[in-house]
Amino acid sequence: MTEFLTAAVGLILAMLGLGLVSILRGPTDADRMMAAQLIGTAGISVLLLLGTVTGVPAAVDVALILALLATFASIAFVKKGLSRLETDGADPGEDR
Amino acid sequence: MSVARDIITVAGVSAGVFFFFAGTVGLLRFPDTLTRLHALSKADNLGLGFVVLGLLPQTGGLRDGLKLISIWMFVLLAGATVSQLIARTARQSGSGK
Amino acid sequence: MNIATVFEIALAAVVLGLAIWTIAVPDTYSATVGFIAYGLLVALIWVRLDAVDVALTEAAIGGGLGGVVLLGAAARLRDTEAMTTERPSLIVRLSAAILSAAIAAALAVTILLLPDPAPTLAPSVVANAGATGMTNPVTNVLMAFRGMDTMLEKVVLLLAIVGVWSLASDQAWGGRPGPRHQADPNGVLAFLARLLPPAGIVVGIYILWTGADHPGGAFQGGAVLASMWLLVIMAGLVDTPPVRSRWLRLILVGGPGLFLAVGLGGLCFGSAFLAYPVAFAKPLILSIEVAMLLTIATTLGLLLAGAPERSAER
Repeated sequence: MTEFLTAAVGLILAMLGLGLVSILRGPTDADRMMAAQLIGTAGISVLLLLGTVTGVPAAVDVALILALLATFASIAFVKKGLSRLETDGADPGEDR
Repeated sequence: MSVARDIITVAGVSAGVFFFFAGTVGLLRFPDTLTRLHALSKADNLGLGFVVLGLLPQTGGLRDGLKLISIWMFVLLAGATVSQLIARTARQSGSGK
Repeated sequence: MNIATVFEIALAAVVLGLAIWTIAVPDTYSATVGFIAYGLLVALIWVRLDAVDVALTEAAIGGGLGGVVLLGAAARLRDTEAMTTERPSLIVRLSAAILSAAIAAALAVTILLLPDPAPTLAPSVVANAGATGMTNPVTNVLMAFRGMDTMLEKVVLLLAIVGVWSLASDQAWGGRPGPRHQADPNGVLAFLARLLPPAGIVVGIYILWTGADHPGGAFQGGAVLASMWLLVIMAGLVDTPPVRSRWLRLILVGGPGLFLAVGLGGLCFGSAFLAYPVAFAKPLILSIEVAMLLTIATTLGLLLAGAPERSAER
């Protein structure tokens, strides 16, 4: 069971790495905003599995905080990214 | 009883890894921002859900199980709203692609 | 080489690669995104090293709040970025590279030469846990054995806020920080900002409460509360408070003030400054932590909101 879970952690971590490469290379800023989303899902999975494998039950609390803060970071990305577009002359619109 | 727990864990985590794999393939292969966002939000959130389901039998009690489920709920809520906002930004920067 | 080692190497590779990309990328916005991602991933490393309190703080402050401060700074510097296209000369860059490499090598050599087992006070901290009745050794060190440091850190936070507020222009003195955020009240962002913060507040208070016996504490809980408050502000549901408001300033000094009062009480009625009577240790520490939770949440939120930009009358 432990080996299986550790293998799962390694696989998801590899996905996280590949996903980060693809996202951060993305041509526009909208691509890079997805980074916090990616970490919010894959990173939390790695954390939960890691907590079970290494016997650190408090890892669930770290995952809880990670979920909330990754959300906050994503919103901040979108807000600051949007204001960049406004000053570049694009139509700002409203967050509908 | 513990055999049943282990089976659920193995099945859930395997399904989770599969969906993460699918999401990453989509992220790498899809052509533009909106489709990649779609792959990321849908597949990765489902992967997390299956991982959470798989880890539920391993938890110590009701409180830990509730924490796991609430983590998944937070991430679902965040993913649903943030992907809409990112998509709007992508459309504006791409001038209505 | 078992699977665990392979996983550790993979994690280190991902984090290192991300750090190198963050430094190398020319665009400030992308670098900040990379920095926040890096901060959130380092929390995973801390969990692997079994330092969960540090992981909580890294995820909350290093990744989330600290990165968003940088994001705000990058947004403000956007106008001046076009002016600084000149690069420093080759000599300067070469010297900087050599100096950084030398420091990194010195750190690596020091870590590798550490005595094994490392000298540590951890066993005596655990043995003396009876002084406060709490079993989390990190909280014991922060609130009891090195309580003076924690109190002074809160004063430093106050000084930081004073520094940020002093950047306000004359018309905006004592006014509201940051711009007025606009969002459709029926839109997606407002929906998130109505649904998530109540749950987030519960999580923040839970992290404070569980800090007595498990990893957690006032600082991490305060950071979560601050992020929820900022979310509501960014969605335009609430405006930032004017910085001259009295209740705001009362909350800001409440944490360190209570800490100082308890410390002086220890001096008058007990044996030394910040000496807790053993019978009352846990309730005293808990009340200090609650006051600190409010102070830290308000301070961090205001630090991210920035200097006052709008006068308070509007």
